[in-house]
Amino acid sequence: MGKTIAEKIFERKTGFPVKAGDLVIARIDMAMGQDGTTPLAIQSFEEMGGKKVFDPSRIIFIIDHNAPSQLEAISQLHDNMRKFAENYGLTIYEVGCGVCHEIMVAKGLVVPGDLVIGADSHTCTYGAIGAFSTGVGSTELAAAMISGQLWFKVPETILIRINGTLPPGVYSKDVILYLASQIGADGATYQAIEFTGPIIDRLSVEERLTISNMAVELGAKAGIIAPDEKTLTWVKQRTIKSFEPIYPDPDAVYLKELTYDCSTLTPQVALPHRVDTVTSIDSLGEVVIQEAYLGTCTNGRSVDIEVAAKILQDKKVHPKVRLIVAPASKEILLEAIEKGWIETIVKAGGVLVTPGCGPCVGTHQGVPGDGWNVVSTANRNFKGRMGNNKAFIYLASPATVAASALEGKITDPRKYLR
Amino acid sequence: MIIQGKVIQYGDNVDTDVIIPARYLTATDPLELAKHCMEDIDPDFQKKRNNHSIIVAGKNFGCGSSREHAPLAIKGSGIKAIIASSFARIFYRNAINVGLPILELEEADTRLSSGDEVEINIQKGTITNLTQNKVYQAQPFPPFIQEIMARGGLMNLVKERISS
Repeated sequence: MGKTIAEKIFERKTGFPVKAGDLVIARIDMAMGQDGTTPLAIQSFEEMGGKKVFDPSRIIFIIDHNAPSQLEAISQLHDNMRKFAENYGLTIYEVGCGVCHEIMVAKGLVVPGDLVIGADSHTCTYGAIGAFSTGVGSTELAAAMISGQLWFKVPETILIRINGTLPPGVYSKDVILYLASQIGADGATYQAIEFTGPIIDRLSVEERLTISNMAVELGAKAGIIAPDEKTLTWVKQRTIKSFEPIYPDPDAVYLKELTYDCSTLTPQVALPHRVDTVTSIDSLGEVVIQEAYLGTCTNGRSVDIEVAAKILQDKKVHPKVRLIVAPASKEILLEAIEKGWIETIVKAGGVLVTPGCGPCVGTHQGVPGDGWNVVSTANRNFKGRMGNNKAFIYLASPATVAASALEGKITDPRKYLR
Repeated sequence: MIIQGKVIQYGDNVDTDVIIPARYLTATDPLELAKHCMEDIDPDFQKKRNNHSIIVAGKNFGCGSSREHAPLAIKGSGIKAIIASSFARIFYRNAINVGLPILELEEADTRLSSGDEVEINIQKGTITNLTQNKVYQAQPFPPFIQEIMARGGLMNLVKERISS
Protein backbone atom coordinates (compact mmCIF):
# COMPACT_ATOMS: atom_id res chain seq x y z
CA MET A 1 0.00 0.00 0.00
CA GLY A 2 1.45 3.35 -1.05
CA LYS A 3 2.43 6.11 1.33
CA THR A 4 2.00 9.86 1.53
CA ILE A 5 4.82 12.39 1.81
CA ALA A 6 4.10 12.76 5.54
CA GLU A 7 4.32 9.00 6.14
CA LYS A 8 7.53 8.72 4.12
CA ILE A 9 9.22 11.61 5.95
CA PHE A 10 8.34 10.04 9.32
CA GLU A 11 9.69 6.71 8.07
CA ARG A 12 12.98 8.31 7.22
CA LYS A 13 13.20 10.14 10.55
CA THR A 14 12.27 7.16 12.72
CA GLY A 15 14.12 4.52 10.71
CA PHE A 16 11.25 2.05 10.58
CA PRO A 17 8.01 1.64 8.60
CA VAL A 18 5.17 3.83 9.82
CA LYS A 19 1.61 4.49 8.79
CA ALA A 20 -0.92 7.20 9.56
CA GLY A 21 -2.15 6.94 13.13
CA ASP A 22 1.11 5.61 14.61
CA LEU A 23 2.58 7.41 17.60
CA VAL A 24 6.30 7.81 16.92
CA ILE A 25 9.37 9.51 18.32
CA ALA A 26 11.23 11.10 15.44
CA ARG A 27 14.53 12.91 14.90
CA ILE A 28 14.25 16.62 14.22
CA ASP A 29 16.31 18.19 11.43
CA MET A 30 15.74 21.78 12.51
CA ALA A 31 14.11 23.51 15.48
CA MET A 32 13.17 27.20 15.31
CA GLY A 33 12.13 29.66 17.99
CA GLN A 34 10.99 33.28 17.65
CA ASP A 35 10.91 36.01 20.28
CA GLY A 36 7.24 35.52 21.22
CA THR A 37 7.70 31.91 22.32
CA THR A 38 11.43 31.30 22.86
CA PRO A 39 11.80 33.11 26.21
CA LEU A 40 9.33 30.58 27.67
CA ALA A 41 11.25 27.73 25.98
CA ILE A 42 14.50 28.94 27.57
CA GLN A 43 12.77 29.03 30.95
CA SER A 44 11.49 25.46 30.37
CA PHE A 45 14.95 24.32 29.21
CA GLU A 46 16.45 25.57 32.46
CA GLU A 47 13.67 24.15 34.65
CA MET A 48 14.09 20.77 32.93
CA GLY A 49 17.74 20.83 33.92
CA GLY A 50 19.05 21.15 30.34
CA LYS A 51 22.85 21.35 30.30
CA LYS A 52 23.50 21.27 26.57
CA VAL A 53 21.62 21.30 23.28
CA PHE A 54 21.57 18.25 21.01
CA ASP A 55 23.16 20.04 18.04
CA PRO A 56 23.71 23.82 17.96
CA SER A 57 23.67 23.86 14.15
CA ARG A 58 20.11 22.57 14.09
CA ILE A 59 18.57 25.21 16.37
CA ILE A 60 17.77 28.69 15.09
CA PHE A 61 16.51 31.71 17.06
CA ILE A 62 14.90 34.62 15.24
CA ILE A 63 13.82 38.00 16.64
CA ASP A 64 10.90 39.13 14.50
CA HIS A 65 7.69 39.49 16.50
CA ASN A 66 8.70 42.57 18.47
CA ALA A 67 11.53 43.97 16.44
CA PRO A 68 12.87 46.49 17.27
CA SER A 69 11.68 46.11 20.85
CA GLN A 70 8.89 48.44 21.92
CA LEU A 71 9.18 47.79 25.66
CA GLU A 72 11.88 47.43 28.27
CA ALA A 73 10.48 44.02 29.27
CA ILE A 74 10.73 42.79 25.67
CA SER A 75 14.33 44.00 25.39
CA GLN A 76 15.13 41.85 28.43
CA LEU A 77 13.48 38.82 26.80
CA HIS A 78 15.50 39.44 23.63
CA ASP A 79 18.65 39.57 25.75
CA ASN A 80 17.74 36.21 27.30
CA MET A 81 17.61 34.77 23.77
CA ARG A 82 20.94 36.38 22.85
CA LYS A 83 22.63 35.06 26.00
CA PHE A 84 21.28 31.55 25.48
CA ALA A 85 22.36 31.55 21.83
CA GLU A 86 25.84 32.69 22.80
CA ASN A 87 26.18 30.16 25.63
CA TYR A 88 25.10 27.21 23.51
CA GLY A 89 26.55 28.30 20.16
CA LEU A 90 23.25 28.79 18.32
CA THR A 91 22.69 31.06 15.33
CA ILE A 92 20.41 33.98 16.12
CA TYR A 93 18.88 36.21 13.46
CA GLU A 94 18.69 39.70 14.88
CA VAL A 95 16.19 42.54 14.73
CA GLY A 96 15.65 43.50 11.10
CA CYS A 97 16.72 40.22 9.48
CA GLY A 98 13.10 39.38 8.73
CA VAL A 99 10.18 37.08 9.53
CA CYS A 100 11.25 33.68 10.88
CA HIS A 101 9.47 31.64 8.20
CA GLU A 102 11.03 33.62 5.36
CA ILE A 103 14.51 33.28 6.89
CA MET A 104 14.21 29.51 7.39
CA VAL A 105 13.59 28.88 3.70
CA ALA A 106 15.40 31.80 2.06
CA LYS A 107 18.64 31.12 3.97
CA GLY A 108 18.54 27.46 2.99
CA LEU A 109 18.14 26.29 6.58
CA VAL A 110 15.30 23.93 5.62
CA VAL A 111 15.53 21.56 2.66
CA PRO A 112 13.05 19.15 1.03
CA GLY A 113 12.46 15.97 3.05
CA ASP A 114 13.32 17.62 6.39
CA LEU A 115 11.31 17.24 9.58
CA VAL A 116 11.17 20.66 11.21
CA ILE A 117 9.49 22.04 14.31
CA GLY A 118 9.10 25.66 15.24
CA ALA A 119 7.57 27.39 18.22
CA ASP A 120 5.24 29.28 15.90
CA SER A 121 2.04 28.02 14.34
CA HIS A 122 2.99 29.11 10.82
CA THR A 123 6.00 26.78 10.78
CA CYS A 124 3.89 24.76 8.31
CA THR A 125 5.11 27.26 5.66
CA TYR A 126 8.11 25.05 4.74
CA GLY A 127 5.74 22.41 3.37
CA ALA A 128 5.92 24.50 0.18
CA ILE A 129 9.42 23.12 -0.46
CA GLY A 130 8.53 19.55 0.47
CA ALA A 131 9.48 19.52 4.16
CA PHE A 132 7.24 18.25 6.96
CA SER A 133 7.21 21.25 9.27
CA THR A 134 4.83 22.03 12.08
CA GLY A 135 4.26 24.37 14.99
CA VAL A 136 4.81 23.33 18.59
CA GLY A 137 4.74 24.99 21.99
CA SER A 138 7.62 26.32 24.04
CA THR A 139 8.02 23.30 26.32
CA GLU A 140 8.24 21.04 23.28
CA LEU A 141 10.84 23.30 21.71
CA ALA A 142 12.81 23.02 24.96
CA ALA A 143 12.51 19.22 25.03
CA ALA A 144 13.56 19.03 21.36
CA MET A 145 16.54 21.35 21.96
CA ILE A 146 17.75 18.89 24.61
CA SER A 147 16.98 15.57 22.92
CA GLY A 148 16.78 16.32 19.20
CA GLN A 149 13.56 14.33 19.11
CA LEU A 150 9.86 14.79 19.59
CA TRP A 151 6.74 12.63 19.67
CA PHE A 152 4.29 12.82 16.80
CA LYS A 153 1.15 11.12 15.69
CA VAL A 154 1.77 10.35 12.02
CA PRO A 155 -1.11 12.23 10.40
CA GLU A 156 -3.53 11.11 7.75
CA THR A 157 -3.33 13.27 4.64
CA ILE A 158 -5.97 15.10 2.64
CA LEU A 159 -5.05 15.53 -1.03
CA ILE A 160 -6.23 18.85 -2.45
CA ARG A 161 -6.00 19.24 -6.20
CA ILE A 162 -6.37 22.71 -7.71
CA ASN A 163 -7.29 22.54 -11.37
CA GLY A 164 -7.49 25.26 -14.00
CA THR A 165 -5.60 28.48 -14.64
CA LEU A 166 -5.75 31.49 -12.31
CA PRO A 167 -7.36 34.53 -13.96
CA PRO A 168 -5.43 37.86 -13.96
CA GLY A 169 -5.61 39.70 -10.63
CA VAL A 170 -6.19 36.46 -8.71
CA TYR A 171 -3.32 35.01 -6.69
CA SER A 172 -2.28 32.13 -4.48
CA LYS A 173 -3.64 34.10 -1.49
CA ASP A 174 -7.09 34.10 -3.08
CA VAL A 175 -6.80 30.33 -3.61
CA ILE A 176 -5.96 29.59 0.01
CA LEU A 177 -8.66 31.95 1.32
CA TYR A 178 -11.14 30.18 -0.94
CA LEU A 179 -9.95 26.80 0.36
CA ALA A 180 -10.42 28.06 3.94
CA SER A 181 -14.02 28.90 3.10
CA GLN A 182 -14.59 25.46 1.59
CA ILE A 183 -12.80 23.34 4.18
CA GLY A 184 -13.31 25.43 7.32
CA ALA A 185 -10.96 26.53 10.09
CA ASP A 186 -11.01 23.05 11.62
CA GLY A 187 -11.56 21.03 8.43
CA ALA A 188 -8.09 19.47 8.47
CA THR A 189 -7.41 19.36 12.23
CA TYR A 190 -4.77 16.76 13.20
CA GLN A 191 -4.24 16.01 9.48
CA ALA A 192 -1.67 16.89 6.84
CA ILE A 193 -2.59 18.34 3.46
CA GLU A 194 -0.83 17.69 0.15
CA PHE A 195 -1.55 20.42 -2.38
CA THR A 196 -1.29 19.45 -6.04
CA GLY A 197 -2.69 20.19 -9.49
CA PRO A 198 -1.95 22.46 -12.48
CA ILE A 199 -2.42 25.73 -10.60
CA ILE A 200 0.02 24.69 -7.85
CA ASP A 201 2.49 23.53 -10.54
CA ARG A 202 2.47 26.93 -12.21
CA LEU A 203 2.92 28.97 -9.01
CA SER A 204 6.41 30.20 -8.15
CA VAL A 205 7.99 28.86 -4.96
CA GLU A 206 7.26 32.23 -3.25
CA GLU A 207 3.59 31.98 -4.20
CA ARG A 208 3.43 28.38 -2.94
CA LEU A 209 4.81 29.53 0.42
CA THR A 210 1.60 31.59 0.83
CA ILE A 211 -0.51 28.45 0.38
CA SER A 212 1.46 26.25 2.79
CA ASN A 213 1.70 29.11 5.31
CA MET A 214 -2.06 29.12 5.76
CA ALA A 215 -2.52 25.33 6.01
CA VAL A 216 -2.78 25.82 9.78
CA GLU A 217 -5.77 28.13 9.23
CA LEU A 218 -7.57 24.99 7.97
CA GLY A 219 -6.44 23.26 11.16
CA ALA A 220 -3.74 21.24 9.39
CA LYS A 221 -0.55 20.00 10.96
CA ALA A 222 1.35 20.45 7.69
CA GLY A 223 0.62 21.72 4.17
CA ILE A 224 2.98 19.97 1.81
CA ILE A 225 3.71 20.48 -1.88
CA ALA A 226 5.80 17.77 -3.57
CA PRO A 227 9.05 19.31 -4.85
CA ASP A 228 9.41 19.82 -8.60
CA GLU A 229 12.29 21.13 -10.71
CA LYS A 230 11.35 24.68 -9.74
CA THR A 231 11.61 23.80 -6.04
CA LEU A 232 14.92 21.98 -6.42
CA THR A 233 16.51 24.86 -8.35
CA TRP A 234 15.20 27.40 -5.83
CA VAL A 235 16.49 25.43 -2.85
CA LYS A 236 19.90 24.68 -4.40
CA GLN A 237 20.43 28.40 -4.98
CA ARG A 238 20.01 28.94 -1.25
CA THR A 239 21.54 26.03 0.62
CA ILE A 240 24.83 24.21 1.02
CA LYS A 241 23.07 21.19 2.54
CA SER A 242 22.68 17.99 0.55
CA PHE A 243 19.17 16.60 0.48
CA GLU A 244 17.00 13.90 -0.95
CA PRO A 245 13.45 15.01 -1.78
CA ILE A 246 10.49 12.82 -0.87
CA TYR A 247 7.56 12.21 -3.18
CA PRO A 248 4.25 10.50 -2.51
CA ASP A 249 3.83 6.95 -3.81
CA PRO A 250 1.58 6.82 -6.90
CA ASP A 251 -0.83 4.61 -4.92
CA ALA A 252 -0.59 6.63 -1.67
CA VAL A 253 -3.65 6.28 0.51
CA TYR A 254 -5.32 9.57 1.39
CA LEU A 255 -8.01 10.23 3.96
CA LYS A 256 -9.87 12.04 1.20
CA GLU A 257 -9.19 13.71 -2.12
CA LEU A 258 -10.74 17.08 -2.86
CA THR A 259 -10.69 18.78 -6.25
CA TYR A 260 -11.39 22.43 -6.97
CA ASP A 261 -11.29 24.34 -10.23
CA CYS A 262 -10.10 27.91 -9.73
CA SER A 263 -10.33 29.09 -13.36
CA THR A 264 -13.13 31.50 -12.53
CA LEU A 265 -11.97 32.43 -9.04
CA THR A 266 -12.33 36.11 -8.10
CA PRO A 267 -10.32 38.06 -5.52
CA GLN A 268 -11.34 36.73 -2.09
CA VAL A 269 -11.72 38.54 1.24
CA ALA A 270 -11.87 36.92 4.71
CA LEU A 271 -14.27 38.83 6.94
CA PRO A 272 -13.69 39.63 10.61
CA HIS A 273 -13.13 37.72 12.86
CA ARG A 274 -12.70 34.39 11.09
CA VAL A 275 -10.31 33.19 8.41
CA ASP A 276 -12.91 30.80 6.97
CA THR A 277 -15.69 33.37 6.58
CA VAL A 278 -14.69 34.36 3.09
CA THR A 279 -16.53 36.21 0.35
CA SER A 280 -15.80 37.12 -3.24
CA ILE A 281 -14.88 40.78 -3.58
CA ASP A 282 -17.82 41.11 -6.02
CA SER A 283 -20.32 40.54 -3.23
CA LEU A 284 -18.51 42.32 -0.41
CA GLY A 285 -20.30 45.67 -0.50
CA GLU A 286 -18.62 48.88 0.65
CA VAL A 287 -16.07 48.53 3.42
CA VAL A 288 -14.32 51.82 4.24
CA ILE A 289 -10.83 51.18 5.66
CA GLN A 290 -8.53 53.13 7.96
CA GLU A 291 -5.45 50.90 7.67
CA ALA A 292 -3.92 48.66 5.02
CA TYR A 293 -1.08 46.27 5.79
CA LEU A 294 1.26 44.64 3.29
CA GLY A 295 3.72 42.14 4.70
CA THR A 296 3.99 39.04 6.97
CA CYS A 297 5.15 35.45 6.52
CA THR A 298 2.14 35.01 4.25
CA ASN A 299 2.63 37.87 1.79
CA GLY A 300 5.69 40.00 2.49
CA ARG A 301 7.84 38.64 -0.34
CA SER A 302 9.21 40.25 -3.49
CA VAL A 303 6.32 39.12 -5.70
CA ASP A 304 3.91 40.69 -3.22
CA ILE A 305 5.71 44.02 -2.94
CA GLU A 306 6.16 44.12 -6.71
CA VAL A 307 2.45 43.78 -7.47
CA ALA A 308 1.59 46.38 -4.81
CA ALA A 309 4.15 48.80 -6.26
CA LYS A 310 2.74 48.26 -9.72
CA ILE A 311 -0.73 49.25 -8.50
CA LEU A 312 0.55 52.23 -6.46
CA GLN A 313 2.80 53.56 -9.26
CA ASP A 314 2.26 57.33 -9.71
CA LYS A 315 -0.81 57.29 -7.48
CA LYS A 316 -1.59 58.41 -3.94
CA VAL A 317 -2.79 56.41 -0.97
CA HIS A 318 -6.19 57.65 0.20
CA PRO A 319 -5.69 60.46 2.75
CA LYS A 320 -7.69 58.62 5.42
CA VAL A 321 -5.72 55.37 5.13
CA ARG A 322 -2.45 54.34 6.80
CA LEU A 323 -0.66 51.94 4.44
CA ILE A 324 2.01 50.04 6.36
CA VAL A 325 4.57 47.91 4.54
CA ALA A 326 6.93 45.38 6.16
CA PRO A 327 9.13 43.39 3.77
CA ALA A 328 9.52 39.81 5.00
CA SER A 329 13.33 40.05 5.09
CA LYS A 330 16.29 42.37 4.79
CA GLU A 331 17.13 40.83 1.40
CA ILE A 332 13.60 41.47 0.14
CA LEU A 333 13.85 45.06 1.39
CA LEU A 334 17.12 45.52 -0.49
CA GLU A 335 15.65 44.07 -3.66
CA ALA A 336 12.59 46.31 -3.29
CA ILE A 337 14.88 49.35 -2.92
CA GLU A 338 16.97 48.34 -5.91
CA LYS A 339 13.95 47.73 -8.14
CA GLY A 340 12.38 51.05 -7.13
CA TRP A 341 9.31 49.48 -5.48
CA ILE A 342 10.05 51.11 -2.13
CA GLU A 343 10.39 54.52 -3.75
CA THR A 344 7.05 54.00 -5.49
CA ILE A 345 5.33 52.90 -2.29
CA VAL A 346 6.78 55.66 -0.11
CA LYS A 347 6.03 58.34 -2.72
CA ALA A 348 2.47 57.05 -2.88
CA GLY A 349 2.19 57.58 0.89
CA GLY A 350 3.01 54.12 2.25
CA VAL A 351 4.90 53.78 5.53
CA LEU A 352 7.85 51.39 5.67
CA VAL A 353 8.54 49.45 8.88
CA THR A 354 11.30 47.03 9.87
CA PRO A 355 11.48 43.66 8.08
CA GLY A 356 9.73 41.30 10.49
CA CYS A 357 6.18 40.57 11.62
CA GLY A 358 5.13 44.23 11.59
CA PRO A 359 1.67 44.94 13.04
CA CYS A 360 0.32 41.42 12.32
CA VAL A 361 0.42 40.16 15.87
CA GLY A 362 -0.69 43.36 17.56
CA THR A 363 2.23 44.39 19.66
CA HIS A 364 3.65 47.31 17.70
CA GLN A 365 4.05 49.21 14.41
CA GLY A 366 0.41 49.94 13.60
CA VAL A 367 -2.14 48.92 16.23
CA PRO A 368 -5.53 49.99 14.83
CA GLY A 369 -7.95 52.32 16.64
CA ASP A 370 -11.45 51.51 17.91
CA GLY A 371 -13.87 50.69 15.12
CA TRP A 372 -11.18 50.72 12.42
CA ASN A 373 -11.36 48.41 9.46
CA VAL A 374 -8.00 47.02 8.39
CA VAL A 375 -7.32 45.18 5.15
CA SER A 376 -4.25 43.01 5.55
CA THR A 377 -2.18 40.45 3.67
CA ALA A 378 -1.69 38.47 6.91
CA ASN A 379 -3.05 35.04 7.71
CA ARG A 380 -5.22 35.78 10.75
CA ASN A 381 -8.06 38.17 11.49
CA PHE A 382 -9.07 37.03 14.96
CA LYS A 383 -10.63 39.54 17.30
CA GLY A 384 -7.86 41.55 18.95
CA ARG A 385 -5.23 40.02 16.69
CA MET A 386 -3.69 43.36 15.74
CA GLY A 387 -3.85 44.62 19.32
CA ASN A 388 -7.35 46.15 19.50
CA ASN A 389 -10.43 44.00 20.09
CA LYS A 390 -12.60 46.82 18.76
CA ALA A 391 -10.97 46.75 15.31
CA PHE A 392 -12.04 44.65 12.31
CA ILE A 393 -9.51 42.81 10.15
CA TYR A 394 -10.15 41.73 6.56
CA LEU A 395 -7.66 39.41 4.85
CA ALA A 396 -6.85 39.67 1.16
CA SER A 397 -4.10 39.46 -1.46
CA PRO A 398 -1.34 42.10 -1.80
CA ALA A 399 -3.03 43.41 -4.95
CA THR A 400 -6.35 43.86 -3.15
CA VAL A 401 -4.60 45.57 -0.23
CA ALA A 402 -2.80 48.01 -2.54
CA ALA A 403 -5.94 48.83 -4.54
CA SER A 404 -7.88 49.29 -1.30
CA ALA A 405 -5.23 51.67 0.08
CA LEU A 406 -5.72 53.88 -2.97
CA GLU A 407 -9.49 54.06 -2.76
CA GLY A 408 -9.94 54.08 1.02
CA LYS A 409 -12.27 51.10 0.83
CA ILE A 410 -11.81 47.43 0.01
CA THR A 411 -11.35 47.43 -3.75
CA ASP A 412 -11.18 44.88 -6.53
CA PRO A 413 -7.58 45.11 -7.84
CA ARG A 414 -8.38 43.80 -11.30
CA LYS A 415 -9.16 47.22 -12.74
CA TYR A 416 -5.63 48.41 -11.81
CA LEU A 417 -3.98 45.46 -13.52
CA ARG A 418 -5.36 45.79 -17.02
CA MET B 1 -7.50 11.28 38.17
CA ILE B 2 -11.00 12.54 39.07
CA ILE B 3 -11.85 16.20 38.50
CA GLN B 4 -15.03 17.96 39.57
CA GLY B 5 -16.09 21.48 38.69
CA LYS B 6 -18.71 23.92 37.47
CA VAL B 7 -19.02 24.70 33.76
CA ILE B 8 -18.08 28.00 32.12
CA GLN B 9 -19.31 27.67 28.54
CA TYR B 10 -18.01 29.05 25.22
CA GLY B 11 -18.78 28.41 21.55
CA ASP B 12 -16.71 27.30 18.54
CA ASN B 13 -13.26 28.54 17.44
CA VAL B 14 -12.08 30.13 20.69
CA ASP B 15 -8.64 31.25 19.46
CA THR B 16 -5.40 31.84 21.33
CA ASP B 17 -5.50 35.57 20.54
CA VAL B 18 -8.59 35.90 22.74
CA ILE B 19 -7.40 33.38 25.34
CA ILE B 20 -4.33 35.56 25.91
CA PRO B 21 -3.66 38.53 23.60
CA ALA B 22 -0.08 38.92 22.32
CA ARG B 23 0.28 42.25 24.14
CA TYR B 24 0.49 40.31 27.44
CA LEU B 25 3.13 37.81 26.34
CA THR B 26 5.80 39.72 28.22
CA ALA B 27 4.77 37.59 31.21
CA THR B 28 5.33 33.84 31.59
CA ASP B 29 3.90 33.47 35.10
CA PRO B 30 0.52 31.67 34.85
CA LEU B 31 -0.98 33.81 37.63
CA GLU B 32 0.04 37.02 35.88
CA LEU B 33 -1.26 35.75 32.50
CA ALA B 34 -4.52 34.72 34.19
CA LYS B 35 -5.34 38.40 34.88
CA HIS B 36 -5.92 38.94 31.13
CA CYS B 37 -7.24 35.51 30.18
CA MET B 38 -10.31 35.67 27.89
CA GLU B 39 -10.62 39.44 28.33
CA ASP B 40 -11.24 40.08 24.62
CA ILE B 41 -14.26 37.74 24.41
CA ASP B 42 -15.54 37.53 27.96
CA PRO B 43 -14.94 40.51 30.24
CA ASP B 44 -16.77 38.61 33.03
CA PHE B 45 -14.36 35.66 32.95
CA GLN B 46 -12.45 37.09 35.91
CA LYS B 47 -15.68 37.06 37.97
CA LYS B 48 -16.74 33.60 36.79
CA ARG B 49 -13.45 31.80 37.31
CA ASN B 50 -12.47 30.17 40.55
CA ASN B 51 -10.68 27.02 41.60
CA HIS B 52 -13.81 24.99 40.93
CA SER B 53 -14.26 25.76 37.20
CA ILE B 54 -14.24 23.68 34.03
CA ILE B 55 -14.30 25.26 30.57
CA VAL B 56 -16.66 23.68 28.04
CA ALA B 57 -16.48 24.72 24.39
CA GLY B 58 -17.45 23.74 20.86
CA LYS B 59 -15.19 22.96 17.93
CA ASN B 60 -11.57 23.97 17.34
CA PHE B 61 -10.79 25.31 20.83
CA GLY B 62 -7.38 27.00 20.97
CA CYS B 63 -6.95 27.58 17.24
CA GLY B 64 -4.33 30.05 16.08
CA SER B 65 -0.95 30.87 17.55
CA SER B 66 1.36 28.27 19.09
CA ARG B 67 1.70 30.35 22.26
CA GLU B 68 1.92 28.05 25.25
CA HIS B 69 0.91 31.08 27.29
CA ALA B 70 -2.69 30.17 26.31
CA PRO B 71 -3.02 26.91 28.31
CA LEU B 72 -0.80 28.48 31.00
CA ALA B 73 -3.19 31.45 31.35
CA ILE B 74 -6.14 29.05 31.65
CA LYS B 75 -4.32 26.88 34.16
CA GLY B 76 -3.29 29.98 36.10
CA SER B 77 -6.96 31.02 36.19
CA GLY B 78 -7.69 27.96 38.31
CA ILE B 79 -9.52 26.12 35.54
CA LYS B 80 -9.33 22.43 36.34
CA ALA B 81 -10.01 21.01 32.87
CA ILE B 82 -11.33 21.82 29.40
CA ILE B 83 -13.91 19.71 27.58
CA ALA B 84 -14.44 20.66 23.93
CA SER B 85 -15.97 19.11 20.82
CA SER B 86 -12.47 19.39 19.31
CA PHE B 87 -9.17 21.14 19.98
CA ALA B 88 -6.78 22.78 17.57
CA ARG B 89 -3.69 20.61 17.29
CA ILE B 90 -1.00 22.82 18.84
CA PHE B 91 -3.21 23.83 21.78
CA TYR B 92 -3.99 20.16 22.38
CA ARG B 93 -0.29 19.33 22.65
CA ASN B 94 0.50 22.42 24.70
CA ALA B 95 -2.27 21.68 27.21
CA ILE B 96 -0.96 18.14 27.71
CA ASN B 97 2.58 19.42 28.01
CA VAL B 98 1.76 22.00 30.68
CA GLY B 99 -0.40 19.51 32.59
CA LEU B 100 -3.80 21.06 31.90
CA PRO B 101 -6.33 18.21 31.60
CA ILE B 102 -8.40 18.26 28.41
CA LEU B 103 -10.94 15.91 26.90
CA GLU B 104 -12.72 15.76 23.57
CA LEU B 105 -16.44 15.06 23.72
CA GLU B 106 -18.69 15.25 20.66
CA GLU B 107 -21.22 18.07 21.01
CA ALA B 108 -19.62 19.05 24.30
CA ASP B 109 -21.21 22.49 24.21
CA THR B 110 -24.75 21.17 23.88
CA ARG B 111 -24.39 18.33 26.37
CA LEU B 112 -22.86 20.49 29.10
CA SER B 113 -24.10 23.99 29.92
CA SER B 114 -22.98 26.97 31.98
CA GLY B 115 -23.39 26.28 35.66
CA ASP B 116 -23.63 22.47 35.34
CA GLU B 117 -21.66 20.51 37.91
CA VAL B 118 -19.46 17.99 36.08
CA GLU B 119 -17.21 15.12 37.12
CA ILE B 120 -14.42 13.83 34.84
CA ASN B 121 -12.48 10.60 35.05
CA ILE B 122 -9.37 11.31 32.98
CA GLN B 123 -8.12 7.70 32.77
CA LYS B 124 -11.45 6.26 31.71
CA GLY B 125 -12.61 9.26 29.70
CA THR B 126 -16.00 9.36 31.42
CA ILE B 127 -17.74 12.68 31.89
CA THR B 128 -20.69 12.85 34.28
CA ASN B 129 -23.05 15.80 34.16
CA LEU B 130 -24.14 15.70 37.82
CA THR B 131 -26.69 18.48 37.31
CA GLN B 132 -28.48 16.75 34.44
CA ASN B 133 -27.65 13.28 35.73
CA LYS B 134 -26.10 12.04 32.46
CA VAL B 135 -22.90 10.13 31.72
CA TYR B 136 -20.87 10.51 28.52
CA GLN B 137 -17.93 8.55 27.23
CA ALA B 138 -15.03 10.50 25.72
CA GLN B 139 -12.00 8.94 24.08
CA PRO B 140 -9.38 8.50 26.83
CA PHE B 141 -5.78 9.48 26.02
CA PRO B 142 -3.32 6.86 24.76
CA PRO B 143 -1.07 5.50 27.58
CA PHE B 144 1.92 7.52 26.34
CA ILE B 145 0.05 10.79 26.78
CA GLN B 146 -1.49 9.67 30.08
CA GLU B 147 2.09 9.20 31.29
CA ILE B 148 2.90 12.84 30.46
CA MET B 149 -0.29 14.02 32.13
CA ALA B 150 0.20 11.87 35.22
CA ARG B 151 3.51 13.64 35.81
CA GLY B 152 1.88 17.04 35.47
CA GLY B 153 3.36 17.78 32.04
CA LEU B 154 6.25 17.17 29.68
CA MET B 155 8.64 19.25 31.76
CA ASN B 156 8.51 16.87 34.72
CA LEU B 157 8.86 13.84 32.44
CA VAL B 158 12.01 15.24 30.77
CA LYS B 159 13.39 16.31 34.17
CA GLU B 160 13.00 12.75 35.46
CA ARG B 161 14.63 11.29 32.37
CA ILE B 162 17.58 13.69 32.51
CA SER B 163 18.23 12.99 36.19
CA SER B 164 17.99 9.22 35.70
